[in-house]
Amino acid sequence: MVEFSGVGLRYGPDAEILSDISFNLQPGSFYFLTGASGAGKTSLLKMLYLAQRPSRGIVRLFGEDLVSMPRHRLPGFRRRIGVVFQDFRLLPHLSARDNIALPLRIAGVGEEDLSGPVGEMLSWIGLGERADARPATLSGGEQQRVAIARAVIARPQLLVADEPTGNVDPDMAMRLLGLFEALNRLGTTVVVATHDIHLISRIENAQMMRLEKGRLSDPTGALRYPPNRT
Amino acid sequence: MIIPRVPAQHRRLLPDRRLSGPTPWVIAILMLLTLLAAAAGVGLARSANAIGSAIAGRVTVQIVTANPVVRAEQAAALRRAAAAQPFVRTARAVEQAELRATLGQWFGTTEGDDPVLRSLPLPALVDIDFVGENRAGHMAQLRALVAREAPGARIIPHAEWLGPVARLIRSLAWVAGGLVLLMTLASAAVVIMTARAALGTHYATIEMLHLIGATDQQITRLFQRRIAIDTAYGIALGTVVAAAILLLIGWQWSGVTSGLAETASLGPAGWALLLALPLLAIALAALTARQTLLAALKKIL
Repeated sequence: MVEFSGVGLRYGPDAEILSDISFNLQPGSFYFLTGASGAGKTSLLKMLYLAQRPSRGIVRLFGEDLVSMPRHRLPGFRRRIGVVFQDFRLLPHLSARDNIALPLRIAGVGEEDLSGPVGEMLSWIGLGERADARPATLSGGEQQRVAIARAVIARPQLLVADEPTGNVDPDMAMRLLGLFEALNRLGTTVVVATHDIHLISRIENAQMMRLEKGRLSDPTGALRYPPNRT
Repeated sequence: MIIPRVPAQHRRLLPDRRLSGPTPWVIAILMLLTLLAAAAGVGLARSANAIGSAIAGRVTVQIVTANPVVRAEQAAALRRAAAAQPFVRTARAVEQAELRATLGQWFGTTEGDDPVLRSLPLPALVDIDFVGENRAGHMAQLRALVAREAPGARIIPHAEWLGPVARLIRSLAWVAGGLVLLMTLASAAVVIMTARAALGTHYATIEMLHLIGATDQQITRLFQRRIAIDTAYGIALGTVVAAAILLLIGWQWSGVTSGLAETASLGPAGWALLLALPLLAIALAALTARQTLLAALKKIL
């Protein structure tokens, strides 16, 4: 599914912020990525959701080398990845409904086929009554739920979430994790970056990767002995 | 497609109904100036061509023999002989009364009865128009004819004295054409700046659309449509004002019936060019916007 081998990342002439990152994510697995602030979690996720190419090393996604892949092929791969951003990145001029529908519209799904899934998703995140509200009128937690709904609406093969439960109450956090777990059971590989160690124990068979000063360690053995490694 | 089709739901992906700013107004002013310069260029070019073709095959033979009777006889003989030549279309002896009437305008009398004017020894003039384009050959034949019928007479090709005027007018037409080109480039530059500004303003939206799998073509279509519509507004406004000005000038020009002014008109081809320019401008704006946007998006992963 995802293979990083000897990956390093630097911005400009500065020292590498990620060094010698190697791991192999198995299809249908659930991973937590932890680490202190500034450890490089967001930078690693950026490479996972194709917002950044590595400075060195090999990155393979869905069986293809992404380092040398031409730009015009990237959109096709991005459509197979759902992303929950730490800062939500909702489009402020669109309603909650339109923000959630965005990936389907970009993928060319017709309007007649949109309303059902989008309505179900709105109900599920508890915003059925606020479907037409703009992000500015939603609370932080509501915005986060919309962002998560947008990330999962197209049933991605890989879901990448950066602190997805940071702005929601514990009940909603558990419901969102339940959604991620349900998607995972349907075959979606999930990578969740979080500070919250307690979340990890809530997901059965979840693996943990820890970033420390730009280097990866695997306290649960996920990297050395991934359960489905071939 | 000048203005690309974008589904209504996709149009909302960009905020605001239109790209705000001065672009439509700047484009309107540039379009107005472009059309006026183009109209001036077309009018001047047609005028230069009309003058050129009118004078290219015409000469005047000036007979200055001192004896007025011999002078008149030579003029009549030359006219008859020239009219019989196959290379001559028309040969006309200019009446003395016509000459006096022309000179009379300078003497302040229109009747030709000025005593000073009557006392002047006027030359006899014969206007000759050639047939066809072989002017060098015709001139040689005419020189032989003049030497036989009116020895000592001068042959004055009209191109010699009206040619510089025609060349000046043609130069002005080229200057007008250059102005059209410059203003077209300026319009393209405005569109490029507008496209870049739009990308900067909506960078967060573009980045988001990219990350959820939008292609450069999808994003470009959104912006291209907006920019094309904005410039189309400006071009339409500029065209309407330019058309009003040109029609007003044309109406006033129709009262001028003398000399070179008569030759200046736009003609059907000129009007067709002026009508085509706004459409070409919209197409150019859309194409420029598209290329600018695609080039800028390539710099984003």
